[in-house]
Amino acid sequence: MHSPQPNPDSHSSDDWPSELFRVLKAADVRQMSYVPDAGHSQLIRMFSADRDVTTNVLTTEEEGIAIAAGAWLGGQRSVLLMQSSGVGNCINMLSLSAIGRFPLLMLVTMRGEWAEFNPWQVPMSRATQPSLEAIGLRVMRAETAEDLVETVESAASLAYEADQQIAVLIGQRLIGKKKW
Amino acid sequence: MSMSVRSQLDRRAAVAALLNSRKDTLVVSGLGSPTYDLHSVGDHDGNFYLWGAMGGAALIALGLAQAQPGKRVLALTGDGEQLMGLGGIATIGVARPHNLDIVVIDNQHFGETGMQASHTGRGVDLTAIATACGFAVTGTVRTIEEVQRLAAKITEPAEGPRLFVIKVLAENPPRSLPSRDAVFIKNRFRAHLGFAAA
Repeated sequence: MHSPQPNPDSHSSDDWPSELFRVLKAADVRQMSYVPDAGHSQLIRMFSADRDVTTNVLTTEEEGIAIAAGAWLGGQRSVLLMQSSGVGNCINMLSLSAIGRFPLLMLVTMRGEWAEFNPWQVPMSRATQPSLEAIGLRVMRAETAEDLVETVESAASLAYEADQQIAVLIGQRLIGKKKW
Repeated sequence: MSMSVRSQLDRRAAVAALLNSRKDTLVVSGLGSPTYDLHSVGDHDGNFYLWGAMGGAALIALGLAQAQPGKRVLALTGDGEQLMGLGGIATIGVARPHNLDIVVIDNQHFGETGMQASHTGRGVDLTAIATACGFAVTGTVRTIEEVQRLAAKITEPAEGPRLFVIKVLAENPPRSLPSRDAVFIKNRFRAHLGFAAA
């Protein structure tokens, strides 16, 4: 169900997870936390194999908001990976990032918006961007691999250098149709 | 340690005994009474006080502990706050930091909102949950002498995360209010560790 295999049809320029890993390492990210998503599986593997990064698997996404704030208190940069259904779990905990002006970078793979087979993904998909903006986050979106890498690079600067709270939404069209 | 044994411990006396020899321990306090308790012992640059983000205290402490492996980190929280972050106990058990302790000041009630009874007075045992999640050490204390021994223990190295419950009387002592400006507290905390504000 959560296939860890990269798409064999993709060519090297489509290897955006490796590019995101490179960008986040260059931004000196030292902690990564996640609730798994198939679209994040390669990035999760790469971070988990990196001994310079502490990786936390979460039971629910808001835990990662708190961990990121604690990491910053202790002088480290953290990134949080989740799918759009997890954004709803985060809302009250995002008060911490918003009122404390804690640097926050979350990468959200979208479900429920493009060739989606599961209707249960649709309501939270629709609520993802408005609810993030309502609690005070800045939302950036990417629909192509090239745009995504550039967007995450920019978002990392905004978060870690300018103390902003950023969610990058990764369009479902970019991740591709879920294989069964 | 029957649940029917009511603690006679005063929460302020307990927190003072727990922290009067804190050395360079960094402390994150959960919203409500634990934040007032921590401030009542004396304001400290190594304190991060929560006024919200319920359920987040132990996980902020986890991120901090992972970033500062050479320092001991304490999450000082209440039963209600920790109950909202039960999943976090599993996350911390898996992360297995060696420098993180959770101390739950457990009055078995939601003290901030009218003293409604919480789960911990009705059979839910946070230490058993932590043990099941792989914590290295857990325990429940009910007397000031036990708190004094715990105070020494939490400054010492550990094999993994530890969770201790201090059973206290259900009462609201006069509030001792730290700054509610999270940006100020954050920057003060980071300066204490040698990090400049942005």
